[in-house]
Amino acid sequence: MTSELVTVTIDGAPVRVPKGTTIIEAAKQVGVLIPHYCYHPSLPSPAVCRMCLVEVEKAPKLAPACVTTVAEGQVVHVNSAAAKKAREGVLELLLINHPLDCPICDQAGECELQNYVFQEGRAGTRYSEYAKRYNPVEDFGPDVLYVPNRCILCTRCVRFMDDVAGAPVLNVSERGDRAYIGIAQEQKLDHPWSGNVVDLCPVGSLLSKDFLHKARAWDLDKAASVCSGCTQGCNVTIDTRDDVVVRIRPRPNLEVNRHFICDHGRLSYRWMNRGDRVEAPLVRDGARHLASDWDSARARAEQVLRGASGRAVVLASGRASTESLGLVRQMVARFEVTAAVQVPLGDEAPLPGVPDLALRRERAPNLVGAELLGYTRAWDAAVRQAASAAVVVLLDPDLGPAEEAVLSGARGVLLVLATVATGSWPTAEVILPVTSVAEETGTYVNRDRRVQLFHQAKAQPGMARPAWWVAAGLLAGEAGRAPATASEAFRRLSDWWPVFGGMTHADLGYSGRVLGAEAPAEVAG
Amino acid sequence: MGFPHPSHPKETVVLSQYFGDAEARGFDGWVARGGYEGLRKALSLTPEAIIDEVKASGLRGRGGAGFPTGLKWSFMPKGDGKPHYLVCNADESEPGTFKDREIMRWTPHALLEGCAIAAYAIGAERCYIYIRGEFTEPLKIMAGAVEEANAKGALGGNAFGSGKRIEMLIHRGAGAYICGEETAMMNSIEGKRGNPRIKPPFPAVAGLFGMPTTINNVETLAAVPHILVRGADWYKGLCRGNPKSTGTKLISICGHVQRPGNYEVTMGTPLKEILYDMAGGPPAGREFKAVIPGGSSVPIMTIAEAEDALFDYEGIVAKGSMLGSAGMIVMDDSTDMVYQIWRLAKFYAHESCAQCTQCREGTAWTTKILERILSGKGRQEDFELLLDLSENMTGKTICVLSDSCAAPVVSGIQKFRDEFEAYIQGSRQPALAAG
Amino acid sequence: MSSQGAGTQTAPHEPVFVGQTRARLEHLFTRYPTKQACLLPALWMVQEARGWISEPAIGEVADVLGLTPAYVKGVVTFYTMYHTHPVGRHFIQVCTTSPCNICGAEAVVQALLAESGCGELGATSSDGRFTVSEVECLGACGFATPIMVDDDFIESVTPDKVSGILERYP
Repeated sequence: MTSELVTVTIDGAPVRVPKGTTIIEAAKQVGVLIPHYCYHPSLPSPAVCRMCLVEVEKAPKLAPACVTTVAEGQVVHVNSAAAKKAREGVLELLLINHPLDCPICDQAGECELQNYVFQEGRAGTRYSEYAKRYNPVEDFGPDVLYVPNRCILCTRCVRFMDDVAGAPVLNVSERGDRAYIGIAQEQKLDHPWSGNVVDLCPVGSLLSKDFLHKARAWDLDKAASVCSGCTQGCNVTIDTRDDVVVRIRPRPNLEVNRHFICDHGRLSYRWMNRGDRVEAPLVRDGARHLASDWDSARARAEQVLRGASGRAVVLASGRASTESLGLVRQMVARFEVTAAVQVPLGDEAPLPGVPDLALRRERAPNLVGAELLGYTRAWDAAVRQAASAAVVVLLDPDLGPAEEAVLSGARGVLLVLATVATGSWPTAEVILPVTSVAEETGTYVNRDRRVQLFHQAKAQPGMARPAWWVAAGLLAGEAGRAPATASEAFRRLSDWWPVFGGMTHADLGYSGRVLGAEAPAEVAG
Repeated sequence: MGFPHPSHPKETVVLSQYFGDAEARGFDGWVARGGYEGLRKALSLTPEAIIDEVKASGLRGRGGAGFPTGLKWSFMPKGDGKPHYLVCNADESEPGTFKDREIMRWTPHALLEGCAIAAYAIGAERCYIYIRGEFTEPLKIMAGAVEEANAKGALGGNAFGSGKRIEMLIHRGAGAYICGEETAMMNSIEGKRGNPRIKPPFPAVAGLFGMPTTINNVETLAAVPHILVRGADWYKGLCRGNPKSTGTKLISICGHVQRPGNYEVTMGTPLKEILYDMAGGPPAGREFKAVIPGGSSVPIMTIAEAEDALFDYEGIVAKGSMLGSAGMIVMDDSTDMVYQIWRLAKFYAHESCAQCTQCREGTAWTTKILERILSGKGRQEDFELLLDLSENMTGKTICVLSDSCAAPVVSGIQKFRDEFEAYIQGSRQPALAAG
Repeated sequence: MSSQGAGTQTAPHEPVFVGQTRARLEHLFTRYPTKQACLLPALWMVQEARGWISEPAIGEVADVLGLTPAYVKGVVTFYTMYHTHPVGRHFIQVCTTSPCNICGAEAVVQALLAESGCGELGATSSDGRFTVSEVECLGACGFATPIMVDDDFIESVTPDKVSGILERYP
C-alpha cells in the first residue's frame, strides 16, 4: 500500500483512501457495510462466496469488492438493483441445502446468514420438492463441533488454520455440492488457537462444545473487557446471561490480537462465576470473624494501620487492576513497602500468522501494570518477609497451604482483600470482599505497556467492592477527596507514579493506549 | 483430415495431415516429414521476431477462448530475471472435443516442436504439458516422444546446439474437467485442488509457482511450427474473408452424423459444408435438429441457424453461439433435447470445483429441476425459475463453468421450448423415474 | 464423513516410497520447484502400486512431501480418478455425457453392468473382478461410446461388443 490517495464514490458518498485499498474496506470508511461471508480482514481473500459483488460503473461485470482495489474516479453502487439481485441470488442458493435449524441452532441471533436473508433475501424458497444434502455432525476435537449441513463453504476455517495458525488440519473435501470441511482421520482440532474457527464461522456450522445450547444470543449481555489469561492482553467481550458469564469472545484490536484469542483465554471464565465468595466485610472478634458493614470494617482497618509501623508487605494477584494495585500500594505508602505480584507460569503458544501474538508464559494480565507500580516478581522472598512484617496486605492472591501457614503465623497486622472464601485467616483483622475483573471497571497494562480498559460485565456479588475503593477509603490525608470512581483512581495514579503521564480512562477508548505514545490518529477498527 | 475417415476435398489439411500415420509418431519419421524445421528456424531468430510473426499470422487460442496468441505471448515480461513457464493445456475435457488427443497420438513431435518454439519465444526454459489422466495412450506416446527428442538433442539442455535450454515435463491430471481452466491447471500442477484463481493477477505476471506463465492449447501450439516455416502471410491467407479469424481449425464433429471425426477447415468455411459434405449429413432417415458448435459450454443452435453460419469466431457469434473449442455436437430429430440438457447440467454439477456459491449450488439445483421436469412433475413456473437461476449463475463467478451450465439451459428453453412444454403438460411420457 | 468412502485396511501399511518408487519420486523432486507439486504424480504412484489410496497411504504421501494428511486428503478427494477405497481387479469407466449419450452410451452401461456381474454402478462384482463406473466426457466423442478398462482406452463400444471385451480381462 502506497501513501498515494485515490478518490472513489461509493453509493453516492465520496471517500479518499490509499491506493491498493479494496472496495470493501473503502466502503467501511463511509459507513457502508458490503455484505460478505468469505472475506475477513485477518485472512487472505479467496472471493468465493460471491456475496460482495458490487456494481462498478463502466465495468462489464459485477466486481467482488473484497479483492477489487479502488481506482481513481471509480463509481461503485452497493445497493443498485443488479447488486441486490446478485446478493438475493447468492442467499437463495445458500439456503437450498441449508437446514431450517434456526430454532435449534446456537448461531441464531448472531448469524450472518439470518441477518442478510432477513435484510435482502427472498421471502420464500423455490427449492421445495427436493431433499437437502445430509451429512452427520462431526466432532472435530477438544471444543469444536462441525455441522456440515449448515456449512456455506466460506472456507474461513480452513484459511485460518492454514495461514494464521500454521497448522493445515482442515481441508475442503470432495467437489461441487458434495463438498464439506474435512479433517484428517487421526487428527483433532487441538491447536491452542483453534477455537477461533467458531467465531469465524458466519453460521452455526462450527460450534463450541463449551457454549453448546447454553444461551440464546439475544439473551446475552455484553461487556468490552480484556482477557485475564496472560500478559498479551487480548481484547475480549464477556457475554453474560442473568449475571453468569457464559462465553468469552475476541474483540477486534488490530494492535494487540487482531480478531483472535487463544483457547486458554477463551475457556478460562468459570472462575468468574464461583459462588464461594466472601459475601460481606468480616471483622475479627477474638478468634472468629463477624460479618459487618463497610464503615465499621474500614474503621477497623484504619485503626490497626495507624497503630503499626515498620515494614508492610503486599502480596497481590496478577489479575488485580492497575487502579487496585496502585491504591493498595499507596495505602501503605508510609511503611517500608515490599510489594510482590503473583505470576503463574505456563507454556507459550504463538499464533504464527499474526506478529507479536501469543499465549504468554506469564499468566498474569497485569504483570506490567504491577511492575510499573513498584511490585516485583520475587514472590517467595516477599512471603518470607511477610512473616515478620508489621503489616501484611493480601490482594486476592491464590495461596497454597505452605504460604497460608506462613502468613497465619505472621506477627503483624493482616489485612485480607479476597474474592473467594477459600483461605482461613484466623489472625486477619479484616477480610474484605472485593470484585474480580468481571465485576468492576478498571485497566490492565499488557506486555507492550498498552493500558487497556475493561468494563464491568456482571453485578458485584454480595457486598463486594473493587479493591481500589477499599484502599481509597484508607488513604492518608485524603479525607473528602479520595477517588470515588475507577476513572478518578486511575487518574490519581499519575500523582504517585509519573510514568502514567496524566493518562485518563477517556484516553483509552476501546483499543487502549501505549504509555508514552502519542494519541493515535482516527483509524477505522 | 476427417480422421478416421479419408480427407475430404473441402478440408484444408495442415495439422491433421498425418493423422492415422503411425510412422509420423517417431522422431525420425517426423523429421522426414519436415518436422523440427520450425524449431531450428526459431532458434536462429530472436524471441521478439517470433512473437511478431505469430501476431501477424492472426493465430488465436484454439482451446475455446480465441485470444490472440501472439498478443498473449507479448504479455510476458522481458528481462525480469524470474523463471518463466509455458504450460501446454492438453486437458481436453470439453464434451464434444477430441482433437488434441489426435494431435498427441499421431503427431506428438508436432506438439513438442510448437511447445519448444513457444517456450523459447516467451523466455521459458521449462514447459509442463498437462495431459488429462484418462488419456493413457497420449500420455505414453508423448512421454516417449519427449525421451526421443531429448535423446536426439532437439530438446533438453542445448536444443539443437543453440545453447538454449528447453525442458518438457509431462504432468498427468486425475479426473477434473475444471483443470482445463488455465488458472485451475496451474493450481493442479502445483499440487493443489484444481480451483480456478481470481484474476488479477494474470498468469503472465504471477502464474505457475507465482512466476510469469503462458498457457496455450495443444492445437494452438501445433500450429506454431507451420507459421514459422511457411510464414505468417501464408497462415493469414487461410481465411475466407474475415481477417480476424485466420488459419485452420480442427472441428471435432460427433453425435448424429454419418462420419464423425476431426475435420480441418479454413476459418470461415460455411458450417453447412462441414455438416453435410464432410460429416456426411444425418443418419439415414433422420433430419438434423440442433448443433452445439463449440463444445457443450456454448449456446445450442437450431439447425436453421447452423446451416446459415460461417465457421469462424465472429461468424458463430453472429448466429448466437460461440466457436469455443469447436467440439461440434450434432443432434438429429430423435434427440430428446430436455434429456440432453439435463445430462449436460449433470456434467457441470459433477465438475464444479465448489468455490463459488452460484456454481456449487446452482448447477446441482438446475439438474434437479430438469430431473423433475423429465419425471413428469414439471410446472409452468419452472421456465421462469430456470431462466432466473441461469441469470444468477452468469457473469458472477471466478470462472465460467457456472455460465457454461446456464448456456444450454437458456438456449434450450429459447429454441426448444415445445419439448419442455411436452413434458410439463404431460403429452410426453416421463423419461426418468420420479423421486 | 471424514471416513466417508475410506476403505478399510486390515494389514499394516507397507510403505510405497521405497526402492525404485522412491527413486522415481526423488527424480521428480528435481523437475518441480516444490515438493508439493509432486503430489499428483505421487498419488498416481500409490494407486499404481496398491490399486487405491488408503488413509495410511495418504499419511505416507504427506510425510514424504512435507504436507499434512488433511491437505493431501483434500486433494485426493477433489480428483475423481483417485480411488479412496478398493475397487475390482479391473476398473471400468464408461462415458455417458451428451455426445456419447445420444449415441447409445446408456445401453453400453447396462450391458457392462449385466456382463460384469456388478449389478449397479460403483459396486464391485462378487468375484472381485470388475467395478463399473459412469464418468464424464472421456475426450473421444467421435468414437462413441468409449470406455476405459484399467489403462486401456477402447473406442466405439456397442452393447454387442461388451462380452468380447470383458473376456480379455480375467
